[in-house]
Amino acid sequence: MQPQVQLTILIAEDSAADRLLLSSILRRQGHVVLTAANGVEAVDAFRRQTPHLVLMDAMMPVMDGFEAARQIKALAGETLVPIIFLTSLSENEALASCLEAGGDDFLAKPYNQVILAAKIKAMERLRRLQATVLEQRDQIARHHDYLLNEQRVAKAVFDKVAHSGCLNVAPNIRYLQSPYALFNGDLLLAAFTPSGDMHVLLGDFTGHGLPAAVGAMPLAEVFYGMTAKGYGLAETLREMNAKLKRILPVDMFCCATLLCLSFQRRSVEVWNGGMPDGYLHRIASGERTQLAARHLPLGVLSPEAFDDRTEVLPMALGDRVFLLSDGVIDTRDANDRLFGEQGLQRVFESNRQPDALFEEVQQALRDFGGQARDDVSMVEISLLQPAQITPPALVYSDSGQSCPLDWSVSFELRAATLKRFNPLPYLLQLLQEVHGLRAQSGALYSVLAELYSNALEHGVLGLDSSLKRDAGGFARYYQQRNACLDALQDGYVRVHLQVTPTGEGGCLTIRVEDSGKGFDVARVMQRPVDDIRLSGRGVSLIRQLGRNARWSDDGRSACVEFFWEALA
Amino acid sequence: MADTHLDRDVLNALQEIMEGEYPTLLDTFLEDCETRLQQLHKAQSAAQLIEAAHSFKGSSSNMGALRLAALCCRLEKSATHSSKDDIQQLITEIVSEFAIARPLYEEERQRFLMDR
Repeated sequence: MQPQVQLTILIAEDSAADRLLLSSILRRQGHVVLTAANGVEAVDAFRRQTPHLVLMDAMMPVMDGFEAARQIKALAGETLVPIIFLTSLSENEALASCLEAGGDDFLAKPYNQVILAAKIKAMERLRRLQATVLEQRDQIARHHDYLLNEQRVAKAVFDKVAHSGCLNVAPNIRYLQSPYALFNGDLLLAAFTPSGDMHVLLGDFTGHGLPAAVGAMPLAEVFYGMTAKGYGLAETLREMNAKLKRILPVDMFCCATLLCLSFQRRSVEVWNGGMPDGYLHRIASGERTQLAARHLPLGVLSPEAFDDRTEVLPMALGDRVFLLSDGVIDTRDANDRLFGEQGLQRVFESNRQPDALFEEVQQALRDFGGQARDDVSMVEISLLQPAQITPPALVYSDSGQSCPLDWSVSFELRAATLKRFNPLPYLLQLLQEVHGLRAQSGALYSVLAELYSNALEHGVLGLDSSLKRDAGGFARYYQQRNACLDALQDGYVRVHLQVTPTGEGGCLTIRVEDSGKGFDVARVMQRPVDDIRLSGRGVSLIRQLGRNARWSDDGRSACVEFFWEALA
Repeated sequence: MADTHLDRDVLNALQEIMEGEYPTLLDTFLEDCETRLQQLHKAQSAAQLIEAAHSFKGSSSNMGALRLAALCCRLEKSATHSSKDDIQQLITEIVSEFAIARPLYEEERQRFLMDR
């Protein structure tokens, strides 16, 4: 007999001679033997000593083999304890009952050693198989729990990243996001620029779960970093696209809509790459303008091929922009019908109260009876009075003890540079070295931006600002701007900054000159210094935010001052 | 009768398995048989008869008492539909067969002890 694995085998047999014979056969095969003379003894022995295998006589007094088998199987639970019935039953029915009672095989009398050994071996293989399956199942369950926990931790980090902007504090933003939307690639970010404009990004990464969410971190970093420094949409878009193109695998990208809402200029600048249409609602006319996708998603094109052209649209007080992810459109009901663009249009049509629109869309989605999806994101951004919007104060990390107090610097930016470089973030960073100016960062940035864009657009490019008096003109103006800039060969903008101490505080003088034709300064000055209009050279803004604003050289040179007192 | 009283091959196999315990096995079997015969005599119902005959059949076949096993098998199969007389007849045959087989086992026991 070939040596086998040693098992503990329980023999339940009421005939003493048969019991003795079987024990001897099994011991000779190398196994440890337990014996029982009836069903009750068998169940008891099993409970106490948990053998690997049971040889069970079918007919026994007190409790027969069938009942004992049932009880033993119940005690064994998930583990497999093979039961081989010992029988001289010959009818098929009787043999079938053995198997029905939970037996795994049977052995006929008279006992054949060879067959018995073969059956024991086969049963042992099965027993091991079952044990392996259970072990692997438990391993998988543990691994699964571990992964789920990791995802929970990762989600906590992502949520922090996504919500470190002004999404929750700005009064003009309303939004809805499914709890796991971020984790499924939907990204919603909002932040103020130094001049008080607001950048908003609604993004949708390809894929689901962790792979989709991973791209959100670097993207958010670029968004917040550049927005805080005063970079415009175009530069921010170029940087985001380049970053994603560099770090994401070839088949991954991020659809996104990026907005710049300017409360001062009352306009919204839009770039939509692959997202569903956004909507600009004009409250006065009830008109709805589609903000359709005109670009490929971020992370697809190389930096050279990337198109950062934006559309600029005018907005009035109370107008709002509505953006949504495709989870909204793709919501299905019990009959697998799509909510779709039609569903959305229906809600728009039946809306009477602009303020209620957001809730109405939410309600419509709920009513549609769709299952809550993991990737539904919606956001509504309204244009409010600048006074209603308070950007958070910037936090600095130095003490200001070693700041420069008496200096000047001049820049001349010529055609090739004007086409591709935005000097404003750099200039602002420079000025923020002066501790006393930090409290006025917002005003400084707004004034610098206004002076620079006047010098560039009206001065160097010669664009007529009166074009911007209506929505159609707005679009034409910005088209012209891009065309002129592309074709620019000559021209310059000069920026002079001078910081001098005055008593305990100091004074900053900003002078911006351009190579253009100038304008009728007297006529523009006659206009009252009141609320901002769409056109005009932003002269009012400069006069309001800065001191001693003056224009010379036929309007080609603008000058304005900022003061600060001694700091406590 | 084709059936033998005691199958020599089976006995050889049993001896090989049991080795030193061979006599114990034979003794245990003979004791069992006495008990089984008692059960047959005392049986009150067909069910009890069948049970006793079934067990007897099993152990006899294991021990090589083929004729005995065959008789028990017949009793097991016919217990429900045979007459009291026929049943009694079968039991008597079983008793006789055992009377023949028993001394043969004792002989076997002696032979084993002598050969050692």
